[in-house]
Amino acid sequence: MIKKWTLLTSMMALVFVLAGCEPLLVLDPKGPQAERQANDIILSIGIMSIIVVVVMAILVFILFKYRASNLPDDYEPPHIHGNKWVEIVCVGVPILIVAYLSFVSVKSNYIVESTPEGYENQEPLVIYASSSDWKWHFSYPEEGIETVNYLYIPTDRPIEFKLYSYGPITSFWIPQLGGQKYAMSDMVTTLHLAADEAGEYMGRNANFSGKGFAENTFNVTAMPQADFNDWIEEVYQTAEPITESQFEELLEPGHLGQMTFTGTHLEFSPAPEHAHNEVSDEDNNESHEHSNHENHTEDETDHSGH
Amino acid sequence: MEFFERFAIPHPSPAIYASMVAIVLVSIGIVAGLTYFKKWGYLWREWLTTVDHKKIGIMYLVSALLMLFRGGADAIMMRAQLSAPDMKLLDAQHYNEIFTTHGVVMIIFMAMPFIFAFMNLIVPLQIGARDVAFPRLNALSFWLFFAGAMLFNISFVIGGSPDAGWTSYFPLAGNDFSESVGTNYYMLAIQISGIGSLMTGINMCTTILKMRAPGMTLMKMPMFTWSAFIANVIIVFAFPVLTVALIMGTTDRLFATNFFTTSNGGMDMLWANFFWIWGHPEVYILILPAFGLYSEIISTFSRRNLYGYSSMVWSMVLISLLSFLVWTHHFFTMGQGALTNSIFSITTMAIAVPTGVKIFNWLFTMWKGKIRFTVPMLYSIGFIPLFTIGGVTGVMLAMSAADYQYHNTMFLVAHFHNTIIPGVVFAMLAGLTFYWPKFFGFMLNEKIGKVTFWLLTVGFVLAFFPMYITGLDGQARRMYTYSEATGFGALNMLSFVGAALMAIGFVTIVYNVYYSFKNSSRDIGSDPWDARSLEWATHTPVPEYNFARTPQISSSETFWDSKKNGHVLFKGEIEEIHMPNNSGVPFVMGIIFFIAGFSFIFALWVPAVIGLIGIFICMAMRSFEKDHGRHISVKEIKETEEKLGGAK
Ligand code: HEM
Ligand SMILES: [Cu+2]
Ligand SMILES: [Cu+2]
Repeated sequence: MIKKWTLLTSMMALVFVLAGCEPLLVLDPKGPQAERQANDIILSIGIMSIIVVVVMAILVFILFKYRASNLPDDYEPPHIHGNKWVEIVCVGVPILIVAYLSFVSVKSNYIVESTPEGYENQEPLVIYASSSDWKWHFSYPEEGIETVNYLYIPTDRPIEFKLYSYGPITSFWIPQLGGQKYAMSDMVTTLHLAADEAGEYMGRNANFSGKGFAENTFNVTAMPQADFNDWIEEVYQTAEPITESQFEELLEPGHLGQMTFTGTHLEFSPAPEHAHNEVSDEDNNESHEHSNHENHTEDETDHSGH
Repeated sequence: MEFFERFAIPHPSPAIYASMVAIVLVSIGIVAGLTYFKKWGYLWREWLTTVDHKKIGIMYLVSALLMLFRGGADAIMMRAQLSAPDMKLLDAQHYNEIFTTHGVVMIIFMAMPFIFAFMNLIVPLQIGARDVAFPRLNALSFWLFFAGAMLFNISFVIGGSPDAGWTSYFPLAGNDFSESVGTNYYMLAIQISGIGSLMTGINMCTTILKMRAPGMTLMKMPMFTWSAFIANVIIVFAFPVLTVALIMGTTDRLFATNFFTTSNGGMDMLWANFFWIWGHPEVYILILPAFGLYSEIISTFSRRNLYGYSSMVWSMVLISLLSFLVWTHHFFTMGQGALTNSIFSITTMAIAVPTGVKIFNWLFTMWKGKIRFTVPMLYSIGFIPLFTIGGVTGVMLAMSAADYQYHNTMFLVAHFHNTIIPGVVFAMLAGLTFYWPKFFGFMLNEKIGKVTFWLLTVGFVLAFFPMYITGLDGQARRMYTYSEATGFGALNMLSFVGAALMAIGFVTIVYNVYYSFKNSSRDIGSDPWDARSLEWATHTPVPEYNFARTPQISSSETFWDSKKNGHVLFKGEIEEIHMPNNSGVPFVMGIIFFIAGFSFIFALWVPAVIGLIGIFICMAMRSFEKDHGRHISVKEIKETEEKLGGAK
């Protein structure tokens, strides 16, 4: 264990030095999911560097020893057939490495696809994050508020992002909290994140989505639950409710600054929860009611939280 | 009408006008030159109507080199735009078009014709055949590729280039979000050249299976032929998927069907699946022939037989199977859940095992060899460590949980250039230098070649390694600009310097051709490298019929055996040789395809339908044609052989 950690930290150090001492975003995790991913990355960099070094060493040795100028003029290379043992090693070692990495990878897959480690017994905060050309809309159904292009989240609480899009496929990515996931217009995908530390993080759409793609970013602020509650309170005092026509306007292509509303667009423009099938009218009503219902109960929990 | 809006010239910028003027001037220059030097007849007889695999190979080679410069121009513009924060060289739309055309040109119109060039030039010679199985179809394949390439290349002056990325994901590539005709160009140009590729696949598979010289069993085929065979099998299975996907995409755009749109039941992910079911095998279609070239070159310049011949073959077979089982690794982040991601994570990593076997085989081929550092060998040596790095970063990407962090970032861009440039491009340049004397009758200058090699290698490392770091620092791919605050500036500047070195390197290739053409000796014999496989057993330049007498094969290195161990390659008397006639029909069909394609792009239905009818007329005519080819008499063969320096 200690060995592994010294390896990890020294590899990290190496990468930082290479990058000019500032920690690289992905390797500077602030939440359990990003940390798991950073560990996998560092581990694989370590193993992979060994492979590269071994191949290079063999290559340099061979080139040096068997270069024509180093050999007698009458040297004729022998005709060689394979050697069973050499071949077993050359196939066996890669298989072992790949098997080990597969094992790690599969384990990590299940970890990043579920509630962050250490937060299993907490009720997650659900946030709907939807993209439109070239903005992000964040709806907090529990709290009944909505923001554009910025995100406030409580620390030490699991967050369940529900991702979808009002246009091209986009990818929701906050490198320091965890890897990305696609947002599509015909389905909702779920991303589990959590922040261990308060702070400001960069978030962006990582999937090319047209002209405004480069600026398709948002700010993430993680803060203790109490501050988060204060912020909600403040929003209720200062922000206007979002209306359907106003939301339609927001969806028009272009860039916007940060905005805050009470209420969410989920009420009149629900997320495509029923993936890929054409939603029948009945279904539509049902999901509508369902989300209303959710809003309602969560409103209550929200109030009890105050 | 809507048509005129779509016809509007994109970006009325000085650069575009300048290119238009340049294109017109160059065209006039070519026509005038041909007329002045009375070369029309020569051009028509020797090139436009040829069905000779060697000439078709050379036409592929020239087109590929031209496209390398076209794609390279895009690349250097992109790197310049990113060289510093908030750069104002290009606007977002222009940048989007450039990275899209860069990707398409490089993969479809540069790398593909490059490998087809080598397959055409070398495979028939390596198996001792007179030509490919269907020479006229081969000519048609070339002209379809060429029509597609030209169609794609006029997009930036007429109507606008595609701007949805070379992956062209829907709904971004649909009419709602990509209004110009750009994506129509993408769909039809790739379609036309893709049909050509599919025909080449069938043609080459048949050639290799049916036309090998007596004694050449499958396990005695030279390694390049093996790699070409497997690549063509992959083509036959992968390209139909692309054809279907492109048809569906085209009808979505032209006839408002809803396969990939997100309204009316369309599924955007269906496109991603189709695209990568073709797209992942596609990268192995490119890399396997490259592996084949490296195998030939490494064993030639180590003066040793290829180590582990059969494990080389089996690893390629395994890679070809696995390449169809990994496509989902291109969208691990599409929300398919941990189980699916785990399966594709494991199949992807599995490819690293046969790939590793090959690396070790090349190393052991050099072991106990006698290594000469010629230019082709330098590329092959440089390839080994660089490709190893590309491969291991591929394994890193294959860990799907970690890929959530790499996906769509510069890290990915670094990875695939790290495999494609040392893997495919270096192999092509190595093969170009290696086979140049066989087809052009003189050697390329070694000194200039070495300068090129170092410029490209150093340039490559500087250009692409920084991207691994900026990727981990959160730089997404396809961003046309970034702010000062991100801190990406310094490393991107480094990338630009590297790209500039590479650009200089590519220019030195042209200079080398020019210099060597003027100064190199023409007296090089038919085997200047002291090589091992059959293509070196015939004369330089290669006569039309390749071999006057059919070679007799006893091993995978028959030519070497004939030089060193007294194996007799050519037995018996010279006999009359049957060869196919030239035909202008493939060229004409290429033109008709071009016109029909262009008409479809702009929804001009009348010429489009006329074009389609023309294509069917050409095909019908062929079925009534009585063309049994012609015979080269024994006397003529003997005269040719005499002229080329003694019978072989
Ligand atoms: C050791 C073998 C290899 C492995 C394990 C591997 C793995 C991967 C993975 C997992 C991705 C997807 C990454 C992502 O989207 O986040 C990818 C992308 C890519 N790879 Fe490889 N790869 C290998 C070899 C190659 C070779 C030989 C080529 C080309 C000759 C190649 C060309 C590409 C390209 C073009 C992409 C980018 C696709 C895009 O535009 O999104 N790879 N590779
Ligand atoms: Cu979807
Ligand atoms: Cu792939």
